[in-house]
Amino acid sequence: MVHIKRLQEDGADIIAIIGEIDASSSIELDLSIAKSVGEGFRKILVDCSALEYISSAGLGVFMSYIEEFKDKNVTMVLFGMKEKVMNTFAILGLADLLLIRDSKQEAKQLANELSV
Amino acid sequence: MNYQYSIGCSLTNLKGIRDFIRTSLKGHGVPEVEISAIVLALDEMCSNLMIHAHHCNPDHVLELHIEVDNGRTFVFEIIDDGDVFDINAYKTPTMDNLVHEKRKGGLGISLVKSIMDSIEYAKKNGKNICRLTKTVNN
Repeated sequence: MVHIKRLQEDGADIIAIIGEIDASSSIELDLSIAKSVGEGFRKILVDCSALEYISSAGLGVFMSYIEEFKDKNVTMVLFGMKEKVMNTFAILGLADLLLIRDSKQEAKQLANELSV
Repeated sequence: MNYQYSIGCSLTNLKGIRDFIRTSLKGHGVPEVEISAIVLALDEMCSNLMIHAHHCNPDHVLELHIEVDNGRTFVFEIIDDGDVFDINAYKTPTMDNLVHEKRKGGLGISLVKSIMDSIEYAKKNGKNICRLTKTVNN
């Protein structure tokens, strides 16, 4: 089960994932990101501090947006990840393909720098 | 020591599979990071089977067995009677390809192959057995 909350802060859309993302729930993450992009946000921060688990279905969602974000000049930064979740990204080297920061502050700063 | 679990092929049951694996591995001295990786690999295998071999039909059942040899080697068996989907025969996509093609699938198999030591397939009494082995250093 997953809950996804969105809130806006300083022009950035913050998507908070609460719970677990697997093959049954990854669609909800996908829809939230699609909504954010559809609403025209150029800075998307994904709050992973309450993300307890992610499987490849969730990783695939993030990966599937990389090209689109390049085309549309959207910056997405993930932050607050627990070590066990980070490890899943690290196994396949995805941590190098996505922007990941420890804190919301750092994520916001990076998004601001990159979207200038 | 052996553990067993049977569950219908509905993706909402993946959570139950993860809980079963986690609970079974507890008390065998497996480091938390290894437990998480093993749970992930089994989730990936079961969701693949549910989707591709059983089309998420909840009346189709997957049977899971865990055998702990010496507290270090763990044998996981997934038993079903669907079409065999041998992930060893599946070429893992490169990350570049995945990003370029905006594909949402294909990562799971790479994860399983990275995490498990071996993945073997066998037939017994007309059923498919997928056997995954993992030796943990603790």
